[in-house]
Amino acid sequence: MDILYKIFLDPFVQMGTAPDLLVQTLWEGMVGGVLYALIALGFVLIFKASGVFNFAQGIMVVFAALTLVGLYNAGIPPFLALGLTIAVMFGLAFAVERVVLRPLINQSDIILFMATFGLTYFLIGFGQFVFGGDPKVMITEQLYLPKGTVTYKAFGGIVSLQKLDIAAAVIASVMVAGLAVFFSKTRIGRALRAVADSHEAALSVGISLEQIWVIVWFAAGLVALVTGIMWGARSDVSFALDVIALKALPVLILGGLTSIPGAIVGGLIIGVGEKLWEFYWGPLIGGGTDSWFAFVLALVFLLFRPQGLFGERIIERV
Amino acid sequence: MRATGGPDVAVGDELLSVENVSLSFGGVKAVSDVSFDIRKGEIRAIIGPNGAGKTSMLNIINGFYHPQKGCITFKGQTRARMRPHDAAYGGIARTFQNVALFRGMTALDNIMAGRTLKMHSNFFWQLLRYGPAIREEVEHRHRVEEIIDFLKIQEIRRVPVGRLPYGLQKRVELGRALAMEPELLLLDEPMAGMNLEEKEDMSRFVLDVNDHYGTTIALIEHDMGVVMDLSDRVVVLDHGIKIADGTPDEVKRNQAVIDAYLGVAH
Repeated sequence: MDILYKIFLDPFVQMGTAPDLLVQTLWEGMVGGVLYALIALGFVLIFKASGVFNFAQGIMVVFAALTLVGLYNAGIPPFLALGLTIAVMFGLAFAVERVVLRPLINQSDIILFMATFGLTYFLIGFGQFVFGGDPKVMITEQLYLPKGTVTYKAFGGIVSLQKLDIAAAVIASVMVAGLAVFFSKTRIGRALRAVADSHEAALSVGISLEQIWVIVWFAAGLVALVTGIMWGARSDVSFALDVIALKALPVLILGGLTSIPGAIVGGLIIGVGEKLWEFYWGPLIGGGTDSWFAFVLALVFLLFRPQGLFGERIIERV
Repeated sequence: MRATGGPDVAVGDELLSVENVSLSFGGVKAVSDVSFDIRKGEIRAIIGPNGAGKTSMLNIINGFYHPQKGCITFKGQTRARMRPHDAAYGGIARTFQNVALFRGMTALDNIMAGRTLKMHSNFFWQLLRYGPAIREEVEHRHRVEEIIDFLKIQEIRRVPVGRLPYGLQKRVELGRALAMEPELLLLDEPMAGMNLEEKEDMSRFVLDVNDHYGTTIALIEHDMGVVMDLSDRVVVLDHGIKIADGTPDEVKRNQAVIDAYLGVAH
């Protein structure tokens, strides 16, 4: 009986008796979730437009952050370095289209997927070659990102929020809103969706696949840069970030591979769920649940809703 | 109604000509040494038994396939190979044998996609949905609504095309091609799989497009009745070789054509 009480009742009693801790945990979960969502967003963008599952998205985050810090450390003023990093991400998108996607046009999805593995290892090697392998500090202050904490007396205790986390949430929201409008309302957005649906039909109305691919990889590169700055500000900029990017996979399973809102909601669910689980149930099994909770949750989702929460319903006429 | 690029061609003059075109896939000859022309303003049918190379021919004209031999002259410009983008830009639109629509998008968005090449507003205005971008969107939307009226598909404009019945999908596909304001419209079996009523509707649309917009049309069709009624001239392919070319009446009486369709005792 005791064990059942500890699993099913005690956590909720704790939540009720110390609501400030609950709110703090929820907030931290949300912030983590926003960052997972950003990484997932990069995946969704590329998958939506080209049907390629881009394994390299995680390393693109690291690469973008490293480039930014590396350029700054080489003596370039911070905002110029930011501009140059954006240019580098555009160059990367252009190169990927030329060197990876174009020669593999009409190949099956799995081949393109493997090609993005190749890209991942290339970027790791190239990044280490140019910027070195040791962890670096993100240039948070130089980019005028806020730091410090805001503390509220609320819920019968104290809740403290990192200003940086608030900024991350705001920036992410603006970016997501922008992308959503872009995808649904603009000519290029329409062309992107067209390419995702049918290559030959897109070609027949004069949409250039090359151009669309560059745009979408560039957009994913920008998302990677923002993600890299935010993650980097919370920890160091190092290749270890790549592992965190793997958390985007369960987010994608929850949200559906083709849905931008799905990536956001999926990210938040995983972020919040992970923190709650760790805080209230973790002690029962000795903690360390962070590393597996997301994947188990994704597994449960796969059983009941394989297309994800917001994934495109598979419409099939028979 | 004029497409961008290239000189104008007067009605009745040659709009497109195909000269000695050959295309093979490995050892399989899809098209061998075929020549014919399409005149401005006409409805030109390409017919032939299964595997005659009709769709390959269309794919060559629209730049999907590049012939190994021969050349294509479109609006006075001769070239051996053309990319689909150039074909679209030059004013060639098409539909597909197995309906290639953007299935997740609404009928309206599908047809709007046909306006891609006509829209030029700046990327950043588009993002903001302000100024020139919004004016452009409204203007093109207006043109698209005309096409929707013309094809009588008003009530399905907000429906994702994946859910529409086949006949309507074909109509939306025609709408998308029309939205490009093409000079040459290629229709790959526009009536395949349709019932009699739908075929009659589609035939009327094809004639109306030709009449109303003055669009030159090249179509592949299996239904002989439809072909004979619609087309001004017919080219007949069999095993990748041209076996006849002329008015429907001439073609109907041609012994080689009769043999190809009915088979001959060897």
